[in-house]
Amino acid sequence: MRTWDVLVIGGGPAGLAAALSAHENGARTLLIEREGKLGGILKQCVHDGFGLVRFQEKLSGPEYAGKFLDRFREAGIEAMTLTFVTRIQKTGLGFHVTIVSRSGVETIGAKALVLATGCRERTAKQVSIHGTRPSGIFTAGTAQHFVNLMGQLPGKKCVILGSGDIGLIMARRMTLEGAQVLGVYEAKSTPSGLTRNIHQCLHDFDIPLYLSHTVTRVFGAERLTGVEISQVDGNMRPIPGTQQLVECDTLILSVGLIPENELAEKLGIPLDPKTKGPCCNAQLMTGVDGVFSCGNALHVNDLVDYVSESGETAGRNAARYSGAPRKEIPIETSSKLLYAVPQRLDLNADNKETVLYFRSREVLGNCRLTISADGREIFSRKYPFLRPPEMERLTIDFSSFGLAENSRITLDIEVNDHG
Amino acid sequence: MAKLVCIVCPRGCALDITEARDGFHVTGNTCKRGEQFALSEMTRPMRTICSTVRTTLPGVPVIPVRVSGEIPKDRIFDVMAQIKGACLHQAAPRGTVVIRDVLGLNVDVITTSDLETHEKGETCHE
Repeated sequence: MRTWDVLVIGGGPAGLAAALSAHENGARTLLIEREGKLGGILKQCVHDGFGLVRFQEKLSGPEYAGKFLDRFREAGIEAMTLTFVTRIQKTGLGFHVTIVSRSGVETIGAKALVLATGCRERTAKQVSIHGTRPSGIFTAGTAQHFVNLMGQLPGKKCVILGSGDIGLIMARRMTLEGAQVLGVYEAKSTPSGLTRNIHQCLHDFDIPLYLSHTVTRVFGAERLTGVEISQVDGNMRPIPGTQQLVECDTLILSVGLIPENELAEKLGIPLDPKTKGPCCNAQLMTGVDGVFSCGNALHVNDLVDYVSESGETAGRNAARYSGAPRKEIPIETSSKLLYAVPQRLDLNADNKETVLYFRSREVLGNCRLTISADGREIFSRKYPFLRPPEMERLTIDFSSFGLAENSRITLDIEVNDHG
Repeated sequence: MAKLVCIVCPRGCALDITEARDGFHVTGNTCKRGEQFALSEMTRPMRTICSTVRTTLPGVPVIPVRVSGEIPKDRIFDVMAQIKGACLHQAAPRGTVVIRDVLGLNVDVITTSDLETHEKGETCHE
């Protein structure tokens, strides 16, 4: 049986960074990718704005991926494309992984695994839109695939449901390609995407954004002919009597992303209901020893720079994985936070430079994030504003707080109403 | 007084711009680029655009491109028309100039992905 030290599953930005980092830390590394080319979703993200944090450059998605692919090829790391993982078995010393590729079925061995399987888009069925089932309803990523990889315009007169970043990017992209974008409808009272995307993708092209509105019905036999738009109340329930018909041939859905963790679930890895990704410690090791998680499989990121960063953390720690026992304490969040990653701290590990990612649950102005251990405040930082679409990142030295086996760490946000 | 959201980086600072006799004054920015963005926005708004151009290579219907620098916001659709008219016929590394000095705007249209000939049965959109 062919064996490697580290097996990385997924060849997008997280997987590429993880494989590079594992390789640089001395591990014999194999990367497995189910598509024909490496690069993941970045291949179809032709817009720019990638890499501002990491490279201080405004790169397009393929350019950002290209920078990692150059290094990956130069390092001579092994990769298998058009390859699927069908089964993972934990053995005493590591894992047996069954893969299917053009050369057939093979079982390979690895000491540690990095799950870099990305995320999936929420579909029309998952947001319960009533009506017929005509063609012309696409997720934003599918529409992006049509336009940017296949060179096909999926429609001429579009309505976009959801104000997630891909939806906003596609509103601009469809407009540039000559389609008419009638509006972006968002059920929430605040936009889901980054503020800069509202401006550069919608305002620049006079595309209206309707908050607290949703699509309640679709019409059309063969092809979509129109959608019914309704206003929604504070609980996102449609308000009767507010329906209006908007004629269109295309409905693009940008209604959320869900971490892809089918393999993790098969391995019995506990998931965090808030992130829908594996609960991890600061080394990004999941609940199963030797299995690491990173990128959008861990939690949905808004910036690829942080996807790469978590890939590097997971890859480095997978390479260093020794099977040493863990002594973990939970990192909890108050109801003011949507989530925080990592969810646990391993007191046996080096936590001097722990990277914490978090999001607030609501748009908050003039507030203070606090971290406390056993009720005692150990860190705080003021923020002029916190917005759920914009993830925050902190580096904390947890080694100096005298944490013990029964310690609890809690993240909270205090809002200063008067300031 | 004008209000803008800076689009230079994901932070998205809320900018306030006031006009005085000696020019525009910008507040709300957290870096120098925010001020430059606001001044440009008040006088001559500039943008970058990204798109794709067609290729004749098998398995690669289109290849991503972008402008190598900023173009005036009101020329976006003129540049798009040029991009739509372009076509690539041979393999080329990313950064290859597709249209030099597009419409005399002092920027080139360049590819942002390596245009490679694919193995048989392998396409870029599997």
